[in-house]
Amino acid sequence: MRVTETWYLTLSALLFTVGFVGLLVRRNPLVMFMSLELMLNAVNISFVAFANKLDDIAGQTAVFFVLVVAAAEVVVGLSIVVAVMRRRPSITADDLRSLKG
Amino acid sequence: MIALVAQDTQTVALPGPPVVWSLLWPFLILAVGGVLLVTVTSVVPVLRGRSFPAAFTCLTALASGLSLIPVWQRVDRLDLVGGTIGSGTEGPRSLVSGAYAVDGFTVFVTGVICVSVFLTALLLDGYLRREGLDGPEWYVLMLMSASGGVLLASANDLIVSFLGLEILSIAAYVMAALHLRRAESQEAGFKYFVLGALASAFFLYGIALVYGATGSTTLQGIFAAGPNAAGLDPRTDSSLILAGMALLLVGFAFKVSAVPFHFWAPDVYQGAPSPVVAFMASGVKVAGFAGLARIFLYAFQPYWADWRPAIAALAVLSTIVGGLLALAQRNVKRMLAYSSINHAGFMLLAIHAAASPDDGGQRGAEALLFYLLAYTVMVTGTFGVATIVGGRGDGRHDLDDYRGLSRSNPLLAGVMAILLFSQAGVPFTSGFFAKFRVIGALASDGSYALGGAAMLAAVISAVLYLRIVVSMFLIDNGEAHEADHEAVDAVAGGRAAPEAEGDTLVEASPEASVLTSVRAPAPTALLAVCLAAAVTLVLGLLPDLGGGILSDAASALLLAG
Repeated sequence: MRVTETWYLTLSALLFTVGFVGLLVRRNPLVMFMSLELMLNAVNISFVAFANKLDDIAGQTAVFFVLVVAAAEVVVGLSIVVAVMRRRPSITADDLRSLKG
Repeated sequence: MIALVAQDTQTVALPGPPVVWSLLWPFLILAVGGVLLVTVTSVVPVLRGRSFPAAFTCLTALASGLSLIPVWQRVDRLDLVGGTIGSGTEGPRSLVSGAYAVDGFTVFVTGVICVSVFLTALLLDGYLRREGLDGPEWYVLMLMSASGGVLLASANDLIVSFLGLEILSIAAYVMAALHLRRAESQEAGFKYFVLGALASAFFLYGIALVYGATGSTTLQGIFAAGPNAAGLDPRTDSSLILAGMALLLVGFAFKVSAVPFHFWAPDVYQGAPSPVVAFMASGVKVAGFAGLARIFLYAFQPYWADWRPAIAALAVLSTIVGGLLALAQRNVKRMLAYSSINHAGFMLLAIHAAASPDDGGQRGAEALLFYLLAYTVMVTGTFGVATIVGGRGDGRHDLDDYRGLSRSNPLLAGVMAILLFSQAGVPFTSGFFAKFRVIGALASDGSYALGGAAMLAAVISAVLYLRIVVSMFLIDNGEAHEADHEAVDAVAGGRAAPEAEGDTLVEASPEASVLTSVRAPAPTALLAVCLAAAVTLVLGLLPDLGGGILSDAASALLLAG
């Protein structure tokens, strides 16, 4: 059986969904970050698959930009978690509930 | 339909494409200003004081704003000598291999972002002094964020849009969490980060699908691949592009906090430091709307019949739900958050009208631009007053804390009243003409139902602003109010006590500090809110002041497609 672009696109959609669901149901901030990364990298698979299908370099270049942005995003996210952790012994996202209306 | 011509596409060898630096100045000044500020203040610690970074940021915003004037003169009218736009030395053009567009619209939006940076820098100065915080980081992040906003508004390629969006947002996440002594600030930062990053992931997936459908990430490429007089390009996959558009719209809806993607906004606005909220509600949102307008009104213009109903639904939900939920709040910052959701609905309605292929289009685009400017000024001013009233510790945002403001500081109460009336859309303020233009554009487009919904929402939200105004001008009934405060302080103190070791600043006699903060606000902050109120009044009395500018900028937005 030949592996076509559709396989990769399906894989990408599945991984994106896994990341999205993970972000919604998991309460540990670190796992939430991992889910976010999963979503961004799922998109990267799409970009590469499309680039291959269209025989166009732009999709592959996009991946490099996304990698850099994802790294920057995690740096910021982790530092926010560290800042929160310094005030509390342990943290889940459910502990952050002083802002409500 | 005239497409911007990428005039520098025929690069010969490895060296990059030619760059017209002179047209990039407004963006470069903001970005380089941020880098310069962080470098200089790290190398020369004596400049880390509180005045230099604020002054530097104001001057940077001013310089960037002034550098727009020559750019405007070069791009505001079409130079059709060569037959196509962008071929001459004047007129709208795309730069850097078609990745970055400069036209009347981007110049206008850049100006609005500069206004937001300038006012916020003035507010931040007083805020940082009061909170005993220092460090140029706040200003550096704001300049970075603003440069990202300019990039998002001017992007002519979806990947550049994504970069702009991320530069804009990542800096804003940090700013929301930057008040290290307040747990609420970090909580707000965390929530903003998670939901913002989620929105970015949706946005990116949308880009990937659009790229897969059209084979291009540039706005011209996407536009050209759409259905036109010759019918749909057979290579374009239309279901894929619809899915991509939907995901892009979700990403933008999160960023501009449109219902039903708004739920982060009240929490973040309540928790984040007030001047930062002023910037998030103005600069960040303006950039988001500019990106949305540019991508949808230009690249997705061929599909306008598909995405327009979605925009209309988001807009009506935002105006009505935003207005209604605001009424249920007692925290003024939360109220203002819902009111900014309400305003987002109005701006989406303007985009809806601008998508109209006939006469409503131009009016809608003008309404959007005017709304962006008026909204930026009034929302920055309103959160500026909230910053001042918030007092040391930035915690006094209950409706009761505004009671009797007209007696303790009449000037502040007057300014706040002007800004709130403007947000409510009372005549002789900029807010009136902003709403009037939106509803007028909807009417000339024939969308009477939407216009009616907008008027209804305007009435609902007016109640909310009047609540604050009544609270300010109500006579302070002495003891009950004081007792109220003491009870609140006791609760707040009890909760903060276990973790507040060495945290003397927040604890130091809050009652006294709030009075100083209200009676003698920081002069820079007072200047900022007075400027905002003055501009609001001027735009309300002379709404055609920028008439030529508005119509030129609006036609640039529409002409691009």
